[in-house]
Amino acid sequence: MTHALAPLFARMTGDEKHEWAAASTLDVLWVLYDRVLRIDGPDDPDRDRFLLSKGHGPMAFYAVLAAKGFLDPSTLDTWTRFDSILGHHPDRTLVPGAEIGSGSLGHGLPIAVGQALGLRARQSPARVFVLVGDGELDEGSNHEAIAVAARLGLGNLTAIVVDNHSSNHGWPGGIASRFTVEGWAGITVDGRDHVALHAALTEDHPGGPLVVVADIRKS
Amino acid sequence: MTTLDTRTMREAFAVSMTEALDQDPRVALVLAAISVDLFAGPLEAHPDRVVNVGIREQAMVGVAGGLALTGFRPVVHTYAPFLVERPYEQVKLDLGHQGVGAVLVSVGASYDNPAMGRTHQAPADVALIDSLPGWTVHVPGHPDEVAPLLTGALAGDGLVYVRLSMRSNSTAQPVTGEFVPVRHGSLGVVLAVGPTLDAVLAATEGVDVSVLYTPTVRPFDHAGLRAAVQSAAPNVLVVEPYLAGTSAHAVAGALADTPHRQRSAGVRRDVEVRAYGTAAQHDEVHGLDAAGIARTLRDFLG
Repeated sequence: MTHALAPLFARMTGDEKHEWAAASTLDVLWVLYDRVLRIDGPDDPDRDRFLLSKGHGPMAFYAVLAAKGFLDPSTLDTWTRFDSILGHHPDRTLVPGAEIGSGSLGHGLPIAVGQALGLRARQSPARVFVLVGDGELDEGSNHEAIAVAARLGLGNLTAIVVDNHSSNHGWPGGIASRFTVEGWAGITVDGRDHVALHAALTEDHPGGPLVVVADIRKS
Repeated sequence: MTTLDTRTMREAFAVSMTEALDQDPRVALVLAAISVDLFAGPLEAHPDRVVNVGIREQAMVGVAGGLALTGFRPVVHTYAPFLVERPYEQVKLDLGHQGVGAVLVSVGASYDNPAMGRTHQAPADVALIDSLPGWTVHVPGHPDEVAPLLTGALAGDGLVYVRLSMRSNSTAQPVTGEFVPVRHGSLGVVLAVGPTLDAVLAATEGVDVSVLYTPTVRPFDHAGLRAAVQSAAPNVLVVEPYLAGTSAHAVAGALADTPHRQRSAGVRRDVEVRAYGTAAQHDEVHGLDAAGIARTLRDFLG
């Protein structure tokens, strides 16, 4: 399980004990890549897309990509060097398996809407999953995309909001309601519970997008 | 810069774009409420790849990036300030940084309709696009130049900005990607960009200078400028219908090994003109009418 990621994390951070387990995205990423995403190859036009919109702290993402064979684990040792393909924010043109370059917040969800539109126009079975943070949701561009995705009926789109309660001004009424009021299906689960995450991420949502809010309780 | 064609560049774009959507399933169009009436047919005929996202320009560019990432050739269209300035970071990151292309087609130009005020003016659009690597920039000077420029843009997969305007020259020029020699003289070279050609021709009437025309400023035709400078005194005046000096660095680069002088005519950088009225009145303020260009040229050549 995710414990296998600890030594991969350590190649970047030098710490096997704390940082890897604290990463709020770790469990969502593992469930997605281990049990949900259908990716036969990074160039398969019908592969599922995973977009890490919240590009900050991508060590968990890189560790999962290495664990799943997209990256040679030795690449992790080069982390943030001048000639490394791995930086503090991922660059899709450098990192095998990374579907977007991210770092500036609020870009992944609008791009995911475009990808979902494009895949639907091609009648592809591929699905689009995009991970955003609760703090990232402050960016207004997300709310443009939330409205558009619902209006266009994008049943092949799932947004995962990792909620570690970092938004400066909070989300009265809950994060899921910001999506469901626009017509999304919405599920809120414990962001560390793999069974619950898997059930939510594979929930049927025909005719419209789905948001899965992964709640990360502070320890 | 005075003729208004009944068949405007915007209409020419709509006709050409509709044909492209009908013929090429790779082509997509993303709108943000503007020009929706011009594309009512394609919105109905191709709802899978012609989308109106409403008044949401960040989403407009992001969606285009996503479409490009799934193999489409997206065209994005709205008023210049809302296409280039408002979602500038999306243009930078959702297209260029992702390594995908798109064709951005704007209307409104620097001050096509000054009665709308500063909010609908984008004299800095080309300079902003020019700050990003890899962009082709077309500034057509006549509605008949729009279709060949758009067709060429759609055939590729790169980053292209097409700046449409209500301002138009009286006749179309050949679209070649190279600077087109219009007149030959000996005292210097005047490069007219897009819809400035008629005013440049009026301003240089009887003046012994060469006149070049281009509807394409990026890439900048180094060879064309060098050839013109070799057969005239190396005095170069660039007349651009947007921020003055936008192409000054390109001239300097083209003539880096040639002693030369250059002057830039364009929309003034030193003032925000808080006035309404007509485009012709604004031309006078910026020295972009024939009299203003003639004044600049006399001053430059001494």
